[in-house]
Amino acid sequence: MNVLVFLIPLALGLGLLGLAAFWWSLGARQYEDLDGAAWRVLMDDAGADPPQPDTEAGTS
Amino acid sequence: MMHADIMSLSPDLDAFLRPTPEGARIDLAVEGIRCAGCMATIEREMLGLSGVTSVRVNLADKRLSVTFGPGKSDPAGVVRHLATLGFRAWPFSPHLVGEAISAEGRRLMRALGVAGFAAMNIMLLSVAVWSGHETGLDATTRDMFHWISALIALPTAAYSGRPFFDSAIRALRARRVNMDVPITLGICLALGMSVVEVLRHGEHAYFDGAVMLIFFLLIGRVLEHLMQRRTRAVAANLAALRAERATKRLPDGTWREVPIDMVEPGDIVLVKAGERISADGMVETGISDLDQSLVTGETAHRAVKAGEMVHAGTLNLSGALTLRVLRPHDSTLLADIERLLARASEVRGAYVRLADRAARLYPPLVHSVALLAFLGWMLAGLGWHDALVIAITVLIITCPCALGLAIPAVQVVAAGALFRRGVLIHGGDALERLAETDCAVLDKTGTLTLPAAEIANLADIAPAALALAARLALTSRHPLAAAIAAYAGKGDPFPNAREIPGQGVAACQAGKVLQLGSPVFCDAQDEAAELVTIWPEASIVAFRAGNERVLFAIRQPYREDASDTVARLEALGLPVELLSGDRSGVVAAAAARTGIREWRGDILPGGKVQRLESLKAAGRKPLMIGDGLNDAPALAAAHASMAPASAVHLAQTQADFLLLGGRLGAAVDAIATARKARRLMLQNLWFSVLYNLVAVPIAVFGHATPLVAALAMSGSSVIVTLNALRAARIEGNSA
Repeated sequence: MNVLVFLIPLALGLGLLGLAAFWWSLGARQYEDLDGAAWRVLMDDAGADPPQPDTEAGTS
Repeated sequence: MMHADIMSLSPDLDAFLRPTPEGARIDLAVEGIRCAGCMATIEREMLGLSGVTSVRVNLADKRLSVTFGPGKSDPAGVVRHLATLGFRAWPFSPHLVGEAISAEGRRLMRALGVAGFAAMNIMLLSVAVWSGHETGLDATTRDMFHWISALIALPTAAYSGRPFFDSAIRALRARRVNMDVPITLGICLALGMSVVEVLRHGEHAYFDGAVMLIFFLLIGRVLEHLMQRRTRAVAANLAALRAERATKRLPDGTWREVPIDMVEPGDIVLVKAGERISADGMVETGISDLDQSLVTGETAHRAVKAGEMVHAGTLNLSGALTLRVLRPHDSTLLADIERLLARASEVRGAYVRLADRAARLYPPLVHSVALLAFLGWMLAGLGWHDALVIAITVLIITCPCALGLAIPAVQVVAAGALFRRGVLIHGGDALERLAETDCAVLDKTGTLTLPAAEIANLADIAPAALALAARLALTSRHPLAAAIAAYAGKGDPFPNAREIPGQGVAACQAGKVLQLGSPVFCDAQDEAAELVTIWPEASIVAFRAGNERVLFAIRQPYREDASDTVARLEALGLPVELLSGDRSGVVAAAAARTGIREWRGDILPGGKVQRLESLKAAGRKPLMIGDGLNDAPALAAAHASMAPASAVHLAQTQADFLLLGGRLGAAVDAIATARKARRLMLQNLWFSVLYNLVAVPIAVFGHATPLVAALAMSGSSVIVTLNALRAARIEGNSA
């Protein structure tokens, strides 16, 4: 059972990693335009980066 | 015509630029973005403009955001270039409407992410504990697993459960009970009891149940939010499209376009022909005639000259006017209508949603069952601790997982299905109210008819005269002239044509004087009086070339599916009534034409509200469909209401449903979907009752282990969600 000491933190750590990635993608506004994102992946030229979050609005 | 009007009204774009660290940014609502091709074209073309550093199209919201390098911003150039590509764009202030919503959405999504992470990991540990009951997991390991679960579950509940806790506290403060009250109670009791059990080295902990409940309910909240967001995005685009502005004279004598709230009493404003009057005022210079149909519903035009009062919201037809503003924006006739509105919508605020009605019944029932279980087991000789555990299990297993998800899921699915049919819903309870309506009240102008005018007596007019009149009409900015100008084909406007305010247009061709305008202007009153008897609902425009006179009867054409829609509404059991501010003769003709039996004409805005209130007093639940300013209070007073997308902004904001296409028949689709959605909501509620009838005895007799609770709760959630998906299928005639 000693192996649990490693396995449980490892499982939780991996889960937290996924959660952190999800939060980051939310903060980067990747969910603002789901229709457009579905098409952008098929386009040849890499489009411009999404606009930076507003300083006035992104805080709340 | 429409296009030229919008372009001539081009606003002061620089006011909408917002500074960013790299330069400046402007957000535009763009009409005409339909596919990925449009998106790629716009982004490529805009990046080619000088000064533009980044471009991003939002395909879901039909918006464009453009960032300019420092000191190089040229928003007007962007709008012009979009116009050459075939897209119309309007500046848009996202901080006004969108940002609060999208911040709230991100908060919900973050909470959902945390709850999902916690639910998965706690379930992992719980499965180990459950299988450990069979395979002999030692008590120390079980306690450790429970402690880890507690460490994950408690912070998660504190963070992700906030939307429910906040809402429950708000409801209790207002001395109401909503669904979030039993949810909050259930979560808190489950967590509290589990912590006590873990401290006592007990076998069962309900951390998994509590967190899973939060996770499922948050899915419902996120779905509900996504629906709202899409509605607001489309509505805000429409609002930006017809943002109210005024042309004001500055102290130095120059004219400048300003937002309407910057106009004050005493200011001089300019209203060009074809523009809407922005504030109540006195005419200083100019003569013109006014179309007051949006304010009163009356289609006959009123002539005005210097010294007369004009009201905000009326359309200036033929000549430029300068006005001295008499009343501030918030006390104009428009604002009076808005006040009438506020009163009318208070009445509707009293409506109790299906979910809230269920929420009123739910807690007393469940809590008394739990109390009875506790007392019963105490009397049966079980210790108080075990009896309390059973009572709390009852509360956990009956926690309204299915109820919290059952209604929002149906609403979201039905709203999505209607959106694809061109109907936009403001708010979830609109569907419930629409499903209950049992009679329909329609407005005439702009609802049964199309907003644009057409020539009614086209067959009687010689093609040569029509072609000349049409070329002459190109010079006029009068909306009635647009109907004639449509027949100009490749003809050019006459170079020497000039517009005589309040009368018409005149030009010279080959020594002959050509005139187009009012019958008086063309000396054709007698013929006009004769034509009115044939076309009672039409406005008469005269054309004169030398001694030859031609008269056009111009009317607003009926929507193609107007009579069909009336018939389909009656088939659904909604008797249709026509209420209009227009002259009675015209209304009678319209009623006969569309097959409406009951009609009233010459009605003032207050009269429409009165009629709706008397219908409601008689126990009816009226549906109101209208588009004008005069309809807005009636839209708010009705049990449910709809407005076409061409409606004035105020009417749009008051309507529960917005019909986006030109089709009136979408209203019938909406009713069919609303009724189906209501049926599914009721089914889901009854399913929840059934679930509780099975689950409560299990809990009361002490058989509800955490494993049983997890299976029952997630099973019921999945079933109601699957049932909700059926709302996507719209039955009936799909014209």
